[in-house]
Amino acid sequence: MEYLWVFLIGGLICMLGQVLIITTKITSARILVLFVMIGVVLQAFNIFDPISRFAQAGVNVPIIGFGASLAKGAMSAVESRGLLGAFTGGLEATAAGIAAAVGFAFLFSLIFKSKTK
Amino acid sequence: MKNEKLNQAYNAYVEARIPKTKPWPSLFNAFWVGGLVCLLGQGINELLLYLFPSMAEQSAWSWTLVILIFIASFLTAIGVYDKIGKFAGGGTIVPITGFSNSISSPAIEFKHEGIIYGTCVKMFSVAGPVIVSGVVASIVVGLIYFIVGLI
Amino acid sequence: MQTIELKNRPKIVGGYSIVGPKEGRGPFGKYFDYVMKSDSFGEKTYELAERKMFEIAATGAIQNAGLMVSDVNLMLAGDLLNQIISSSYAARAFNMPYLGMFGACSTMAESLAVGAVLINGRHLKNVVCASGSHFSTAERQFRFPLELGCQRVPTSQWTVTAAGASVLSLEGSGPEIVSVTFGKVIDLGIKDVNNMGAAMAPAAADTMAVHFEETKHKPEDYDLILTGDLGKLGSEILIDLLEAKGYKMGKNYSDCGHSFFTREQDTMCGGSGCGANAAVLNSYVLKKMRKGEVKRVLFVPTGALMSTTATQQGESIPGVSHAIVLESGGK
Repeated sequence: MEYLWVFLIGGLICMLGQVLIITTKITSARILVLFVMIGVVLQAFNIFDPISRFAQAGVNVPIIGFGASLAKGAMSAVESRGLLGAFTGGLEATAAGIAAAVGFAFLFSLIFKSKTK
Repeated sequence: MKNEKLNQAYNAYVEARIPKTKPWPSLFNAFWVGGLVCLLGQGINELLLYLFPSMAEQSAWSWTLVILIFIASFLTAIGVYDKIGKFAGGGTIVPITGFSNSISSPAIEFKHEGIIYGTCVKMFSVAGPVIVSGVVASIVVGLIYFIVGLI
Repeated sequence: MQTIELKNRPKIVGGYSIVGPKEGRGPFGKYFDYVMKSDSFGEKTYELAERKMFEIAATGAIQNAGLMVSDVNLMLAGDLLNQIISSSYAARAFNMPYLGMFGACSTMAESLAVGAVLINGRHLKNVVCASGSHFSTAERQFRFPLELGCQRVPTSQWTVTAAGASVLSLEGSGPEIVSVTFGKVIDLGIKDVNNMGAAMAPAAADTMAVHFEETKHKPEDYDLILTGDLGKLGSEILIDLLEAKGYKMGKNYSDCGHSFFTREQDTMCGGSGCGANAAVLNSYVLKKMRKGEVKRVLFVPTGALMSTTATQQGESIPGVSHAIVLESGGK
């Protein structure tokens, strides 16, 4: 049952992205920015965690989860470190994802070449 | 020589001529591929927790994302991700794999301009705005949270 | 007057076309002189591949004209890359004077028109004109990295990997250029870079209407009227625009881009790029004219004169279009 929720909610979030692509002709960079912002806002109002508890990967795998981590990191770092946390928290919480994306991209760029379409 | 009225009329005319495609197939594809990517993430997450019972929940999620990012980056490198993306649209843009693809694809594309000015500079040509907006938003949230905490 | 009658009738004495593998599988496939086995053409980068295509097209056209490179007095060429590097770097390999041309996808007509006028005035003996484009170099300059997983919108077009070259001369045999019409820059405020056909159609309509008026000809006087890369939507718009100006287009009208790929090749509104019309003119059209199956051709490709900078700053897309009339020689 919990897998059904993961699939349904994850699928619906992606479909929402597709609705935006079709109706507004926006490009992937803008979609990603928009969904990160949605995640930040959801977390800032403490709505993300309740959803995340039953949707699990359904909201954590979409980039919304990345936005939520950024906000969550900033908020918990403010609690433990004060004002400095507002600057350190976001990137600290998402460091693994960003570093992995940058690291693998760099690695593969050394080995592979763009293919003809 | 600019004629605003004529331009508006022409733009309206063109808009009416644009072929309308049925949205349902692409919405359906985005839905089920996106859903599957999330299920894959869930599977990786549970497998990690099963193999390493002592792993903290937060670390397991971080590992899950790292593994998904690796898979997407690899599929980008071997020229497969864009084919899935053409089919799935939002289904492969919205998940974290889309973020990975948006960093890997320009990195590989611009390698011929050199490691510094090609790969490193262009790596963020698509994903840069995502990181910038995310970081700025997190600072704002942190600041507001701090101020609210003072009151 | 925008139209120049060429009394001495310069001839296209040699032509050559080279295309990529996907293009070779399209409807014009069997007419092209050379179909590359891979888009990279054995080169390290796609830019080098595009340059090599220019060199081969120009050399091939000169050979087909029965001339030596040393017989040619001038090269007129242009492409889509910033500072038209494919043309200029290819020209470096030829020991001859060179003028870089830029009319975006109308470059082939622009080069032929300028070349024909120079030949007609007997200022030069032999001139080679070339133009081309490459999908992978255009894509990274104007759009997204090749491996980015995004979808193409229904109005978009596919930049073709193709190049074509023609040699103009008064001596020899081949289709004659009887008149040229230089076009004005027309902009009706289209800003969508994924809808080039709509942005360029008004330029083609303007040039064609001027041409018909000044030469007192009608669309049905031609066996073939060929636009460059308006694509499916753009050519439909052109037909509408011309009808509003009082010219009814018939079955003799065709668009290189629209017919460049089959429906199965999934290119939305069709092909685009300098190479589409340059390759079709120098293969299909020249061959049909030599055989006498087509006698009078109005070749009127269009170009979208925007850059990524202008687009990002919110500018609309200006279009330009030049027309040349070809007649099969021999009485």
